[in-house]
Parts: sequence; C-alpha cells; structure tokens
Amino acid sequence: MNTDYLVNLLIILISAAFINNVILSQFLGICPFLGISNKIKSAVGMGLAVMFVITTASILCSLVFQYILDPMDLQYLQTIVFIIVIAALVQFVEMIVKKFSPTLYNALGVYLPLITTNCAVLGVALLNVEKDFDLVESIVNGFASALGFTISIIIMAGIRERMEHNNIPKTFRGFPITLVTATLMAMAFYGFAGLV
Amino acid sequence: MNKLFKRLINALFRNKYSERVTNGLFKENPTFVLMLGMCPTLAVTTSAMNGLGMGLSTAVVLIASNVIIAALRKFIPSTVRMPYFIVVVASMVTIVQLLLQAYVPSVNEALGIYIPLIVVNCIIFGRVEAYAAKNKVGLALFDGIGMGLGFTIALILIGSFREVLGSGTIFGFQVMPESFEPIALFIKPPGAFLVLAMLTALQNKFKLPSATNGSAKASALACGGDCANCSGETYATNHEVNTLKKED
Repeated sequence: MNTDYLVNLLIILISAAFINNVILSQFLGICPFLGISNKIKSAVGMGLAVMFVITTASILCSLVFQYILDPMDLQYLQTIVFIIVIAALVQFVEMIVKKFSPTLYNALGVYLPLITTNCAVLGVALLNVEKDFDLVESIVNGFASALGFTISIIIMAGIRERMEHNNIPKTFRGFPITLVTATLMAMAFYGFAGLV
Repeated sequence: MNKLFKRLINALFRNKYSERVTNGLFKENPTFVLMLGMCPTLAVTTSAMNGLGMGLSTAVVLIASNVIIAALRKFIPSTVRMPYFIVVVASMVTIVQLLLQAYVPSVNEALGIYIPLIVVNCIIFGRVEAYAAKNKVGLALFDGIGMGLGFTIALILIGSFREVLGSGTIFGFQVMPESFEPIALFIKPPGAFLVLAMLTALQNKFKLPSATNGSAKASALACGGDCANCSGETYATNHEVNTLKKED
C-alpha cells in the first residue's frame, strides 16, 4: 500500500463522515434520526447498530457486486440483490448476537430489524458501486458514513434532551423544533464543504 | 334532471374506488398527513421537476406493487410475506429505473441513487402491508393511484416552493422579478429541513390533521408505522410480545 492510496482512504473517510453526511446532506435514514433521537442512550444504541450493519453490508454488497454481478453482466439486478443481502444479513446478525451475547442483544437487538428498511444501509451500498470503490474503499466509506450517522444522531439527542426543559412556542413543540434543530445542524455541517 | 345528475355524480365520484383516490390525495396524503417517506421528500425536492420525476416513479412502483401483491395475496404465506414484498417491490423499482435510463436519462441522472432507494420507501411497504395484502386487486389499484398522486402532488408543491425561493423559477421558468436575489439556502440541504419545519409548524398552528401532531389516525402496520414519532419503543414492546409468543 503506498501513501497515495492511504491519503485517498483518508479523503473518503472525511468526506463520507462530514462533508456528505448521510443524514444532513444526503437525507438517508431520516426516520431514525427524527424518531430515536429523544434520548442519548437509545441514540448511541441505534448508532452502534447502524455502524455495525452498514460496515458489514458494505463488505458483503461490494463482494457480491465485484465477484458475482459484475463478471456475469448482471449489474441491473443490484437493487434486488442488495436489498435481499441486507435483509438476510440483518436477520443473521440478530440470530448470532442473540445466541452468543445476550447483553449485546439487549442493548442493540431491538434496533436491528428496524435497520433493514433504513435507507442509509442500501444507500451506502449503492453509492459504493456508483463511485467504483474497491473492497477496502467500500469498507472505509461504509464505516465513515455510519460514523457520520452516529455523530449526528447523538448530537441531535443531546440537543433534544436539553430542549425538554425549555419553553418552546406552542406551535413549534415536538416535530417542528426538531426540524429547526436539524436545519441548524445541516448548516453547520455545510461548513465542512470546502474541506477536501 | 337534477336527480339524475346527482346520481351520476354519486356513481362517478362517490363509489369505493374514487374514495380510495380522494383518500390518498387528501384524507391520508402520504406526505402532508401521514408524514411517510421523508427521505426522498427532503432529498429530491430541490426543484419542481425533480419532485415530479420522483413522485411519478414512486407512483408507478406503488401502483404496480399494490396490484401484484393484491393479486397474489391468497398465495403468500403470512409468516414469510416480507421477503415476497421486498422481491416484488425491488423488481418494480428495477423496471422503472431501466425505463428512466432508456427514455428520460436526464431525470435518472438528477435523481441518482434515490430511484433505487424507492425500494425502502415506507409509503410502498406501508400501503402494500396495510392495504394491498388485504384487499381486492381493483381497490388496491385505485389505492395505489390515490397514494401515488398524493405523493407526486406533495413533492411538486414542496419542490416548487423551494425552487421559487432558491432559484426564482418554477419548472425552469423564471417567475420572480429580475431584482429578486435567490436565497440559495432553500435549494441546499438545510433548506429542506427548514421548509418541512415550517410546514409542520403551520399544521400545528392551524390544527391540521397530521401524524406529527397526533391528529391523524395511526396506520395499521405491525410496528405502528409512525416513523416520525417512533422511539423504537413500540417496536421493542412488539418484539417482546412476539418473543414471548414464540416461547409459548
């Protein structure tokens, strides 16, 4: 591995985690971001589960695409194949975690099935293909995207915990103020745009 | 004569089929009332044209999936229905994607990965699971048409609003005076959140029916289907109940 390749990986990491943040600039995984962000504890659980699933899904989907779909000229089947791979993966992970680590299952288990229909997982797998990433790049991109997801959902949960005791105008209580918070966070993350 | 006219109107617009269409357009509008499918709603509404493209693609997928699932509903075992639904919906999405690539490549390029991501749009799964799997083909077809049109119109409205403020145009035509300085924020990601924040605040203010203020009825999905207000707890409870059932 030469330095150029490592620098390239670092650029992928930074741009996926901050500049093209999955939630705040690509709008993937908005449902959990707005839904599971009312407590820091559940936000951390969701974040970790998403990190694990996106990274493994990136590896699997990248392998399937490079060694099965691409050589057989079946690229157009990627959507169907990826969503099945992801659904199977999530089920499988849930079974394994349940069997071998009940503590981990209690912490993450309930979030796992929710992730199957999380657009971030499929979105990252599709982006890996679209950007022609090789296996290592896909893993880095998957991990970094999930890191970006976790960072933003935890920040959001922190802000919402503080806001609970604030006197918010009646019209803005609940959903609207959460979205205004997201607006401000998106503006802050937009500042990363010139970084790379 | 008047009576005949009324009867005609009733036959045309008040039957169970047209009821599904108005239901999708107004009463249970997927975007404004049920607040489903927020990801594409926020991501692709940078212009009215993109909203139209996304809305129509989703509508086609929804109508086709609804019809197929309704036709197959008696043959799909309920315990493994999810994989069936996923395969049907993903196939429809692939077909739509290939059609877009062939006939309107510009739309396909503008929407990018959000076209394949229609697979995980909660509107599709929500309607397939809550409606098509339990009803006849004809009703499911009109349900798909209503929901699809409701989604398309909502995306065009949000897209036009953002386009007018963000670049001074609608569908590419200049509508604002020359002196108007476009507020670029509105076509950038933060603008999407801001527009939705204002929309939901207005719904709260005027007490309009919406899932975000709890005044719209909950959907019939197993998890509650209320993604916007879900903290994972409903799911956790259902999960425990199901595990207990299995152990019994």
